[in-house]
Formats: sequence, C-alpha cells, structure tokens
Amino acid sequence: MRIAVLSGKGGTGKTLVSVNLAAAAKTSTYIDCDVEEPNGHLFLKPEGVQEEEISVKIPKVNNDLCNGCRKCVDFCKFNALTYIKNKLIVFDDVCHSCGGCILVCPENALTEKERVIGKVQKGVSGEVEVWTGIMNTGEAMGIPIIKKLLVKKQTEANRQTFIDCPPGSACIVMESIKDADYCILVAEPTLFGVHNLNMVYELVKLFDKPFGVVLNKCLEEENPAEIFCLERNIKILGRIPFDHDLGTLNSNAEIAANKNEKYRELFSSLLDTVTKEVQHETITNS
Amino acid sequence: MKIAIPVDEKTLESSVCASFGRTPYFLIYDTETKESVFIDNSAAASTGGAGIKAAQTIVDNKAGALLTPRCGQNAADVIKSADIKIFKTTSASVKDNIAAYIDGKLPLLEEIHAGFHGHGGN
Repeated sequence: MRIAVLSGKGGTGKTLVSVNLAAAAKTSTYIDCDVEEPNGHLFLKPEGVQEEEISVKIPKVNNDLCNGCRKCVDFCKFNALTYIKNKLIVFDDVCHSCGGCILVCPENALTEKERVIGKVQKGVSGEVEVWTGIMNTGEAMGIPIIKKLLVKKQTEANRQTFIDCPPGSACIVMESIKDADYCILVAEPTLFGVHNLNMVYELVKLFDKPFGVVLNKCLEEENPAEIFCLERNIKILGRIPFDHDLGTLNSNAEIAANKNEKYRELFSSLLDTVTKEVQHETITNS
Repeated sequence: MKIAIPVDEKTLESSVCASFGRTPYFLIYDTETKESVFIDNSAAASTGGAGIKAAQTIVDNKAGALLTPRCGQNAADVIKSADIKIFKTTSASVKDNIAAYIDGKLPLLEEIHAGFHGHGGN
C-alpha cells in the first residue's frame, strides 16, 4: 500500500500527515520526496543513516574531434548546447540527461560524464524505515533522486509506505505519485487553500488515482476547502484542528501521534479510513 | 557593424521586446549600410533554454552588439563568449535606441538576471 501525500503549496501539512501516519502505522516506510527541502527526518530522527550519492549523465565535449556540424545543437530540445567561435559549449544545468547528443554526433566528439546532483539517505526510526532524498543547492531537477527513492521500494508494495511529496503539481510531483495506490490531498481552510487544492485535485484526476482530502488547520467557521469537497463529492478522510497543542508539538519537531493521546487517536483513525479506502479501491478495480 | 535588437513586430516602428530569449523577432541593423533585416526567433517556443538558443542566433548573424532591456545569465554567457557587447535599451522605441547607440548614449547592461526558467517575469 503506497500512499502519496500532496498539496498545492508548501506549509499545508504534508509532512505532518505523512510522519504521523507512518508513526500510527508502526511498521511502515516513510519516503521524503520533497528533495528541495526534506524535513521529515527532523521529526522521525532516523538512526544508522546510510547515504548514497545520486548522479546524472551529461555530455563531455572533445573539441579536437568536434567538426562544428551542430547536429547535437539542433537535436537538443532543451538548448543545452551551443556552438560559439568554433567551440561547442554545454550548459550542464540545462541538460536533461537524455543522451541524444552523444548518439547523433558523427565524430564521437561527445562522451558521457557523471555529475552528482544530490543524495539518498536511509535510516530507521523505531519501526519506521526512513528514506530521504536531498538535492544539492542550486540544482534544478530532482526527478532522478525521486526515481531512485521510489524504485527501491517497488519490491515492497505490501508494506505500508507513505510518500511525502514536494509541493505543487509539477513534473517532480507527478514522478512522486506515479506508482502510488492512493493519494491524500492536504488542504487549508482558505480561498487560497482552495486554489492550491484544486491544482492537486486536477493532477490526481489526470493520473486517474483514487484520492481523498484531509482538511488541516480547521476552525469553527466556514471552511472553503470543505465546501469545495462537498460540491465535488470528494471524500473527506479527516479533519485536523487548528490547535495550539498540535502546533507546539510540531514546532518542537515532535510526532504528535507519539506524544498526545488525542492525536494518536486522530491519526490512527485517519489511517484506518485511508486503509479502508485503498482496500475498497483494490476490490472495485480488480 | 551589425547590432541586434529583440522586437515585437517586423518594422522599424516596433517597440523593443521585453524578453530577449522569447522575443518573436530580432532586428539585425547594419550601422554602416543602414540596412534592416528582421529574423524570426526560433527559440521563442522552446521548452527550455530559450536564451541560449536566441543567443546562438545573434552570434550566427554576426552581430557586434546586442541592445536589450534585459538578459538572462545563460544567454549572457553565450553572447560574452562571442565577444558581443550587451547594451541596455533606455526607451521602448527601436528607432530611438538605434540613434542613442550610434550617439554612444546607451549604457552597458550591468544587471544579468538568473533567468526565469518557466516562471514568467514582467
């Protein structure tokens, strides 16, 4: 059971929901795909951390062999290559590592070289296995790191796995939810929150993923995100109150479900609801 | 010498385009023959790296100077490696900027932005 937790912007509560569900599930796997600023490890505090560098392959030019035909320049859809003053120049951070330039070069002037873009860490927090993707500062593309994080997990589909996604609905989020069995959308109770919810709502529909919404920071007053869900018949999985105690625990990087009875119940109940939803999906779609 | 300017329309009456990499056209103006040539910017619809490709066009058209309101880092790297000077346009009118350049009144473009990379910017 692979559950992706996503939202249209940062600070909505993806990590709060993800780490607390992982804690409530006890034996589980937590994967932080928010590679630009992973923070789940701050809450789970994994031990025995091992890490592996992630690199991509980019072209390296031998200007002695290059005859200036520009086949590579014309081929590159991302314009990562340019030919100026009889010299081929590669823009490393624009390259998407497709390898096409190397294939089209008739002079074998291009070869592959490795470029490190980040790393993947693995550790253990109680019964929770913690994976963290970390992209190096200044890098533009985190997808190769996410691919590495999620490929390793494919063999353990029967383990409860929580994928803490990057914010938004861009390629990097698509990569994170691609193989998920279920998506949890976390929403804030404001009009801005509705706008962000709509972004991820459209994304999961496009990907044809079963999904439900967790309403976070709930107040007594009217909740525009709740109205959005009711109008579209979207399953509301749970409600997390806008609460001082929860805020304090979270600010101190504590996992609320491990520290407070009320929140243990809230997240256990949310986990039950999600598990039933996933089983229901499995039955109706099999 | 030839100078290149990103322009909104294929006429000398056009205004200078606010974007270098994604301008629809470039004017290549020859200050000696006073000849104007308008070329399509093939980079305008690029998925990425529009500035790099547009800069390649400027270099290939043998411009000695680029007049533009702004320019991204990657494009500036390409243009500078071809020893082309970048000047900052001081008004919207293409004609006025050509005249100001010839009179030596245009300043060099000092501020190179990091690039918008799909995030707009106006």
